[in-house]
Amino acid sequence: MGMTMAEKIIARAAGREAVRPGEFVWADVDTAMMDDLLGPRVVIADHIRRMGDRVWDREKVVIISDHYSPAATISQAEILQFTRNWAKEYGIGKYYEGLGPCHQVLAEKGFDIPGTLMVGTDSHTTTAGAFGCFGTGIGSTEMLGVLVSGQIWLRVPETMLFVWNGRLQPGVYAKDLVLRTIKEIGQAGATYKAMEFAGDAITALSVDERMTITNMAVEAGAKAGLIAPDEKVAAYLAAIGAPPGTPLLSDADAAYSERFTFDAAELVPQIALPHEVDKVVDVTAAAGEVIHQAYLGSCTNGRFADLAEAARVLKGRKVHPEVRLLVSAASRSIYHRAIREGIIETLSEAGAMVLAPSCGACLGLHSGILARGERAISSTNRNFVGRMGHKEAEIFLGSPASVAAAAIEGRVTDPRKFLVEG
Amino acid sequence: MNSIIKGKAHKYGDNINTDLINPPQYLEKSLEVLAQHAMEGVDEHFAAKVAPGDILVAGANFGPGSSRETAPIALKMAGVGAIVAKFFARIFYRNAINIGLPVLECAEADRIADGDALEVDLGTGTITNVTKGESYTAAPLSAPVMDILSAGGLIPFLEKKYGVDIDKKDLA
Ligand code: SF4
Repeated sequence: MGMTMAEKIIARAAGREAVRPGEFVWADVDTAMMDDLLGPRVVIADHIRRMGDRVWDREKVVIISDHYSPAATISQAEILQFTRNWAKEYGIGKYYEGLGPCHQVLAEKGFDIPGTLMVGTDSHTTTAGAFGCFGTGIGSTEMLGVLVSGQIWLRVPETMLFVWNGRLQPGVYAKDLVLRTIKEIGQAGATYKAMEFAGDAITALSVDERMTITNMAVEAGAKAGLIAPDEKVAAYLAAIGAPPGTPLLSDADAAYSERFTFDAAELVPQIALPHEVDKVVDVTAAAGEVIHQAYLGSCTNGRFADLAEAARVLKGRKVHPEVRLLVSAASRSIYHRAIREGIIETLSEAGAMVLAPSCGACLGLHSGILARGERAISSTNRNFVGRMGHKEAEIFLGSPASVAAAAIEGRVTDPRKFLVEG
Repeated sequence: MNSIIKGKAHKYGDNINTDLINPPQYLEKSLEVLAQHAMEGVDEHFAAKVAPGDILVAGANFGPGSSRETAPIALKMAGVGAIVAKFFARIFYRNAINIGLPVLECAEADRIADGDALEVDLGTGTITNVTKGESYTAAPLSAPVMDILSAGGLIPFLEKKYGVDIDKKDLA
């Protein structure tokens, strides 16, 4: 019997011919990523001294300060300072700060390599699955183990297959597709499992758009979210001078624990209602819900096409006077391109406030925290209680176009009406 | 680590996520502060109510969301001796084991009420409800998990296994 992508990557990392779901293996890690929030400063720095006081392979360790950058408080500044110094002390040359949320930076710097195993101290490390890289989130103690040994124990997950046939309609995006998928199986529907996305609707998407999907796999509890790497992935890697990796694809006779089939052409814009990621409805069912803040950014939906779609909605229009539209590109290079191509100007003229590429508002650390009773629509991945500020604030999750449309009206609304070519 | 844990049940529902267990605005503070605010998103009085060794009981999918290990650390420091839930989110489950906080998956977690006196035997996976005179069986812990838990968490486990001078080639 054949193997799924997830099984093949784990088998490779474990130095085995084959593995089966449910087996426990020790696997070699190809890339270990730490962020500022849960990286060296939690547990790791204190304990690594007693365990050889060095990392197993400096070339395989990446540290990205994104959550607290730029710092809003002295303690945040001290965490950044600590992380920066730690990277220097342990000889980690791959230290990046102020470039944007870690998952986007990892992709742009060429760490999302097909066929490899990546672990990160951030749950959305699943994002790398858009490149056929098995990315998964781990805790700090677990990272300590990886740093000293280069290995991690893994239970080989079952794989669930999600086939999206057909084409998405205009105004409907990868975000709508992944929200609809999570609605189908629920926020715990893929717990301990790998989610694999396939079908012509998926292959038609750009690598950037695919990252929105794999980013949110963890919102259904998945260990990884994977898409077969194809020529688009190869072209992405070639363009940034990254190695092509070893694309590992699921065999035709691979065993999936479950299969789901969807018709992309039937999908309409989706929105997740407060406070659960799986409380997903058609955007029209939530139309009219008043919002005070609209956030466009994050590792989920702060890429160039996301900003460009929002600009298309907002061009020649104005943000509602009682709404704050906050925009944070997912990386510095996206920000530069958005400046060059006039996107930032369009957004700013419409009334958007443009922020640093950072995690800040996404998890309520800085740059746009919600007050008690405020409601936001956000292009991010989580709408948990207290996620973006006060625990009595509410968050709707939608596509960048839905965020932009709601920013214009001050209410949740169907973005498609702003996208009709005039 | 003690293999029998006795304490009072503190009962919560399904999908208690890491933002509820360990709200993001406290992450820049000390672990002691995180522990004082543990579970604040669902119960502001949690930290004050928990006596050392008490058992947190929840429904389905405990701990989804962030990879923040500070979520189980905050619970452990608040005094929680073990967590019983129908099942756990993956990263939380691993993190709890790695920091030495026992987590048991039990399909009958719903039968336990807030305030019930419980005894949890980690060796056998038996959960005795002293108040109700019932007992339930939790899924047995897998071998790597038991190894790590009985060492007291991943750090003592690694220290024991690899000593101070770790060479990758020594790995099993
Ligand atoms: S942008 Fe949001 S979801 Fe992405 S890494 Fe930062 S905090 Fe996490």
